[in-house]
Amino acid sequence: MTTAPTQELLKERLAPAASEVSTAHGVLVIALPAASLLEVVQKLRTEFLFDLFLDVTAVDWLGQTPRFEVVHHFYSTHHHLRVRLKTRVTEQDPTVDSLVSLYGSARFMERECHDMYGIAFRGNPDLRPILLYEGFEGHPLRKDYPKEREQPLVPYRK
Amino acid sequence: MPSPTIPIRPATARTQAFEYLTTKKDELVGWARKFSLFPYPFVTACCAMEFMAVSSSPYDTDRFGAALPRFSPRQADLLMVVGTVTHKQAPVLLKVYEQMCEPKWVMAFGVCATSGGFYQNYATVLGIDKIIPVDVYIPGCPPRPEMVIDGIMQLQDKIARSRHPILTRDF
Amino acid sequence: MPPLDIKLPNPVRSAFESPLRDDTVTVNIGPSHPATHGTVQIIAELDGERVLRTDVHCGYLHRGFEKECESHTWHNLIPYVDRLNYVSALINDFAYCEAVEKLMGIEITPRCRYLRTLLSEYSRVVDHLTCIAAGLMELGAMTAFLYLVMVRDYMYEHLADLTGARVTYTYGRIGGLARELPDGWLGRLGDILDKYEVFVARVHGLMDRNRIFIDRMRNVGVISTADAINWGYTGPILRSTGAPRDLRRDTPYLAYAELDFEVSVGINGDNYDRYYVRMREMDESVHMIRQLTDALPDGPINVDDRRCTFPEKHLVYTEIESLINHFKLVMDGPQVPAGDVYSAHESPNGELGFYIVSTGEGIPHKVHARAPSFVHMGGVHKMLDGYQLADIVPTFGSVNMIGGECDR
Repeated sequence: MTTAPTQELLKERLAPAASEVSTAHGVLVIALPAASLLEVVQKLRTEFLFDLFLDVTAVDWLGQTPRFEVVHHFYSTHHHLRVRLKTRVTEQDPTVDSLVSLYGSARFMERECHDMYGIAFRGNPDLRPILLYEGFEGHPLRKDYPKEREQPLVPYRK
Repeated sequence: MPSPTIPIRPATARTQAFEYLTTKKDELVGWARKFSLFPYPFVTACCAMEFMAVSSSPYDTDRFGAALPRFSPRQADLLMVVGTVTHKQAPVLLKVYEQMCEPKWVMAFGVCATSGGFYQNYATVLGIDKIIPVDVYIPGCPPRPEMVIDGIMQLQDKIARSRHPILTRDF
Repeated sequence: MPPLDIKLPNPVRSAFESPLRDDTVTVNIGPSHPATHGTVQIIAELDGERVLRTDVHCGYLHRGFEKECESHTWHNLIPYVDRLNYVSALINDFAYCEAVEKLMGIEITPRCRYLRTLLSEYSRVVDHLTCIAAGLMELGAMTAFLYLVMVRDYMYEHLADLTGARVTYTYGRIGGLARELPDGWLGRLGDILDKYEVFVARVHGLMDRNRIFIDRMRNVGVISTADAINWGYTGPILRSTGAPRDLRRDTPYLAYAELDFEVSVGINGDNYDRYYVRMREMDESVHMIRQLTDALPDGPINVDDRRCTFPEKHLVYTEIESLINHFKLVMDGPQVPAGDVYSAHESPNGELGFYIVSTGEGIPHKVHARAPSFVHMGGVHKMLDGYQLADIVPTFGSVNMIGGECDR
């Protein structure tokens, strides 16, 4: 039974991969560069028993570089704690490592993030559109996609 | 369902008798069809909850003859589009509609099927009448079961009023 | 109408490029299917009646929830939040409101806390009733469906007395609730819970020891605890495997720390366990509602914070400060400080989380719902592969995939 992860313990064990560890509204937040994502997640899983992968999503900061912030959430069923991982990727190369090798639930969630924002997950063999359909162009949750632009599959009646 | 037109010709005793027969035949067939609707519940979203409620006690649709759902389009005559139809779902809806045989009616159940509801964005079809012709619109998000029953009754009135050519294009 | 002269495009691409063997059949189930609870497509490769592998396609109800939220104020998007898990809409309201309240640093009043807990449990009962009723109807037990939907209808009418709507309520507000309980509401609640017990006892009598039911549900759709956690399962499905994980017990929120309840767990992780875990959870919820009704404190519903709570109408019509406050709240929305927060509640399907990002305005920068149904769809093939084609129906029913939540 490992010890419960606190902010200090995480900072100590995960450095230098993690650039900063903080707490926000009851959740531990780790900011890290995209290259060290897989390594940090592996450590979180084996050492600190964050066994439930909750969510991966992205935030579009249009106008800032790097533009996208990919956010992962994990939960430990042993310590009842949550942790958030934040990493930034650029618009030209929005690629992040995939977590399918560690968590099965990553498959669908990464597909959704790719669908909505265009974040490519290196290592995920199946990045077909999941919430959108074949033939949809663009990534609708990006801030520069207009909300009302429809791409109908079936021609409208007169 | 577009009703075929009966051409207007000067009335003679023979055509008047023919029209009387046609009207009576239409009333009989209309009565039979309106009280034995076989709905195809094309269920997508939240309105399904009210569809389940209206199909079971106490708001029984069996009283109107419209209880037995037929999940094959070939066997159904009322397509109830219950809930939001998205662009991904639209080819499926059109395929199901095309597979149904005449006579067929379409009921837009809920405001999302009627006009897209409050989802005015890239993903939803803003009303299924952009894709298929609709006979009855039931607004509401979701509509109360009484509104659904009112819609079914209005559809029954429409069926009773309309022409039902069964032997030829006109008769 | 003339026959269709266009070729209808296929909105999905199957994962199965070629069949595994020469004698297998690939069958498409859905997306318009009575037993797929809305719109999910399952492309299954069959060897006779045995399912070899499945490819689940969701997304047929993707209504652009997140994009809509980015163009409405924090209050105006509560109806969208409602329609995520539309069978237990109040829980979505309260989970979202709590996330915003965390970001704003607001603490809700004790009465609001107890009422939110009570209504969350009420919604949980409604959700489980719907799931079990639909699941039993698909197996052919129409009587059980009618009994359970009758109880659910009493609850819908009761909630319509409180909120104005039967299915999707929009009752939660940032900082409190929309309105106070009407007179006699709690008395009627006691009556409905008594009726619930009568009806559920009948369903227990019909189903629990029924040979046909046991044969169809025992050892069908089995998933182990390790698999469940790996594939992201939470809620009754994880509990049916034997792991007593429940956010209400592990990380208590609202008034759950003060309540006395048990966490129901199953043994095998099969369909029968999921049915029974849900039935037991409904009983526990009713027990909790009774405790909350007895312990409900008095006081105001909404927190007295003018950043989010609308002022009283008579003040709006007489004082200029209240008028301006009301105007600002309606037109600009509550000003939520910049930052991000993740807040999760135990919904009837599992962990329902809201990750919201604010830039300090009255309109959110991002509202993301971590939907349990979506994550469950990623792992449902573990429960479908290897069983019969006819087992897809009860297994899928026991997963309780809610389309609005899965596809958002």
